[in-house]
Amino acid sequence: MEKVLTTPIAEKDVRALRAGDVIYVSGTMFTARDEAHKMMLERGSPFAVEGLALFHCGPVAQKKGNSWEILAAGPTTSARMELFEADFLRKFKTRVIVGKGGMGEKTLAALGEVGAVYTHFTGGAGALAAKAVRRVSAVHWLEELGMPEAIWVMEVERFGPLVVAMDSHGRSLYKDLSGTVGKNMEAIRARIKGGK
Amino acid sequence: MNFVKELAGAIGQAATVLPPDVVRALEGARDREEGPARVQIEAILENVRIARDGAVPICQDTGTVSFFVKVGTRFPHLQELLQALPEATRKATKDVPLRPNTVHPFTGKNPGDNTGRYVPAVTWEFVDGDGAEVHVLPKGGGSENCSALKMLAPGVGLKGVKEAVVEHVVACGGLPCPPTVIGVGVGGGADLALKLGKMALLRPLGQRHPEPEVAALEAELEELVNASGVGPMGLGGKTTVLAVHAEYAHRHPASLPLGIAVQCWAHRRAAVRISADGSIAVG
Repeated sequence: MEKVLTTPIAEKDVRALRAGDVIYVSGTMFTARDEAHKMMLERGSPFAVEGLALFHCGPVAQKKGNSWEILAAGPTTSARMELFEADFLRKFKTRVIVGKGGMGEKTLAALGEVGAVYTHFTGGAGALAAKAVRRVSAVHWLEELGMPEAIWVMEVERFGPLVVAMDSHGRSLYKDLSGTVGKNMEAIRARIKGGK
Repeated sequence: MNFVKELAGAIGQAATVLPPDVVRALEGARDREEGPARVQIEAILENVRIARDGAVPICQDTGTVSFFVKVGTRFPHLQELLQALPEATRKATKDVPLRPNTVHPFTGKNPGDNTGRYVPAVTWEFVDGDGAEVHVLPKGGGSENCSALKMLAPGVGLKGVKEAVVEHVVACGGLPCPPTVIGVGVGGGADLALKLGKMALLRPLGQRHPEPEVAALEAELEELVNASGVGPMGLGGKTTVLAVHAEYAHRHPASLPLGIAVQCWAHRRAAVRISADGSIAVG
């Protein structure tokens, strides 16, 4: 079933989600990559974060007059943020993480502890993502971090499709899949050995 | 003679319009898939339409720009072409716009125009003739991080090549944004194996290597990798690769270099052809 979650997202609403669900997010979403995670943990956040959606993304943005326009905004590889994410979730209580490629055990545990989900947005679908962005409401630390690493706060409408890939009940599609792929690989290796 | 405008146009086209052969391969994948895998491919195809219709980048990682140039030994505008390549890259960065992606590895400085030392990377190939064919291949960081070189022991033979390719592509999982296109370079030295892998990416999808042994390897590798179940975005499914292309060079008897060039589903390319009279055509 397709579900739209609107920010601020309540803990109980994300706890109701299960790995494999497809959701959309409306409301406020902000981008943060490696450097922004690090800085927000060190200095605190320059805006209220609880209940928002966090997007692992370095967008292409263009200034038009006094406002910014997002041209492309697909997800970046989330695994790099594994270093920071568990602490980040505990401190800032973002309820939906949007990224690609999945994250590790520490984040999975923190999702359960805090009440949050990790969702997968189609890698490379930067134009589709940008189309869901209504406006940029703020950009933080642009001078210091540059365009890809800055924090872009955006108002979005029906941002998605987002596949819930890691839920707050300890289930990860990536973990499930690695078992299936492991078995398939045994058969593939046997085929190669038996072939010409 | 000034080729900057047309070359910048080709870079822009690569960034915003996915080639029709890649779109067809993605449509085929959509028809095979179901569940989360199908959701991914449908999102990709919708994204491709939005980018094309709005002339906006397909992906926010507009990549680093590289050129593969087949230039005739009697082509009369070599100097102009040489100068136009970085100039066109700068122009496209402003016009499209592209994300400024070139970073100095020691100072961390980004010149902001997608050029720098050895970038855009240009591979020159001299052929008989008086024209030039310029292929643009902008490539994202996520998939390039999955490219690899394996120096195999020649004794493992072609079976060893197959195993190494499948193991590597499957181990990459969702990282390179599958379904990917894989360019496999067999033989040569270490540098040539990787270069051949990249050059194999330039061939349109659906077109096999002209030599039957190489074509058979491509088909078998596609089937083997897709049997892994990694699927679109590494979320599970039937389509892990859209295609595997292979190229080869003769090797040293003691070496079996294997270059694996991994390209994301956003397999962006464009080409321009320049005639001796300076006329230039995109496509």
